[in-house]
Amino acid sequence: MADTSSPLKTTPLDALHRALGAKMVPFAGYAMPVQFPMGVLKEHLHTRTEAGLFDVSHMGQGELVGDHSDAALETLVPGDIIGLGAGRIRYSTLLAESGGIIDDFMITRPREPGTGNRLALVVNAACKDGDFSHMAAKLDGRAKVVRHDDRALLALQGPAASRVLARLAADAADMGFMSSRVVKLSAPGLSVEVRMFRSGYTGEDGYEISIPADEAEKVAKALLSHAEVQPIGLGARDSLRLEAGLCLYGSDIDISTTPVEANLTWIIGKRRRIEGGFSGAGTVIEQLNTGAPRYRVGIKPLGKAPARAHTEIQDQGGRKIGEITSGGFGPSFNGPIAMGYVESGFHAVGTPVQLSIRGQSLPAEVAKLPFVPHRYVTPKKETS
Amino acid sequence: MSQLRFTKDHEWIRVDGGVAVVGITDYAQSQLGDIVFVEVPAKGKALKAGGEAAVVESVKAASEVYAPITGEVVEGNVALPDAPETVNQDAQGAGWFFKMTLGSPSELDGLMDQAAYDKYLAELKA
Repeated sequence: MADTSSPLKTTPLDALHRALGAKMVPFAGYAMPVQFPMGVLKEHLHTRTEAGLFDVSHMGQGELVGDHSDAALETLVPGDIIGLGAGRIRYSTLLAESGGIIDDFMITRPREPGTGNRLALVVNAACKDGDFSHMAAKLDGRAKVVRHDDRALLALQGPAASRVLARLAADAADMGFMSSRVVKLSAPGLSVEVRMFRSGYTGEDGYEISIPADEAEKVAKALLSHAEVQPIGLGARDSLRLEAGLCLYGSDIDISTTPVEANLTWIIGKRRRIEGGFSGAGTVIEQLNTGAPRYRVGIKPLGKAPARAHTEIQDQGGRKIGEITSGGFGPSFNGPIAMGYVESGFHAVGTPVQLSIRGQSLPAEVAKLPFVPHRYVTPKKETS
Repeated sequence: MSQLRFTKDHEWIRVDGGVAVVGITDYAQSQLGDIVFVEVPAKGKALKAGGEAAVVESVKAASEVYAPITGEVVEGNVALPDAPETVNQDAQGAGWFFKMTLGSPSELDGLMDQAAYDKYLAELKA
């Protein structure tokens, strides 16, 4: 984590955020907008109904380069990377020998000519230095880590995102969800080649766009000039991903949680379950076969009081069975929502539990995730 | 006396006919952002100056509302839990939290008047 005595880093959109009236807060060593004048609630709802523009330039971008970079990366993650198709994106986790999660991240196999030995990576801001040095050390001689600190990353999320981006790049709307390609964005006064990912972390259809830092403000302004698009801060990003049941590293997953405990077994490739061959495989495969001691679940308070992180989860007799890891109010769900870990045996949807809030034991139940259905879009005529 | 007094924690208190009305200031609601949950104390609850009296939560965070003075709850604003956004819309009016007795009226003298509170806010924003 960032040393609080060192000055905050800024993203290439810092001046634009301030000009737009953002409230800036420190996050992972960066000055980041937590909200704009619209406010968290309206920003959240706007993203679900129109399109929200997020600055996620603090995240770590890079590439893994090597003739068998996919096979090399498979030693550190439980996903099927060798089987990742050209132009496709996969969500995975870097695992420690313990099976604990070092970080969760996105891996893309570019489809452009001459990129055959490369994988594009996007990792969490607070973890990026650690992740890249971990990969460099563990994969030494097999693949090289190339950081892309000179690039910004914007996310345009929401049902209007593809309609807006199609005005800047005609082929954007043809991309399938979890696909990526290099496209040229064109608008008055703007012509820039970017790497586009049809992905995001809100549960909505949307795109993440990797842009050379010095072109980022121009691209952001071009997107904001469309009536559907509003700037959105980290506050709404958090409530959107919580409603979508997506994990926040450092809260819902960390080095003490395995992918099985975190209810992320879907990221473990079929072949990998049989073959193993990744850090932590012993623990992870054993938990897959015999069960984990605890699981991440959705928690729905039955009253109105939100349950924040670290709230104790109890069985109906008042015994502690776990803890909330993320919680708050879901603006689209229109009520309190949370995620947390409970002992195995209490993880079935509908299990009644209690939450210890301000000295009271309040009723709640284990709930299905996501709280708000995902609305990812893959066009009928997908070309990638 | 019906003038407003303020705490450093951004509660307001207004004495009205032997009873004090308490809420959070407009500045407090603007800092909290969209308020989504309010818990008000029940009638009869004993309050101590500076002690926890009510709860207010925005999308972002939970906060305590403290009693500006010592006394006993006369009435909680029962409309608030069902319409917590009232606090954003009218923090120093319809968004009041509770009414209380004046257990120790001299405690009011230790609170800020409007001019002092305005100065305090200006320093916070500087």
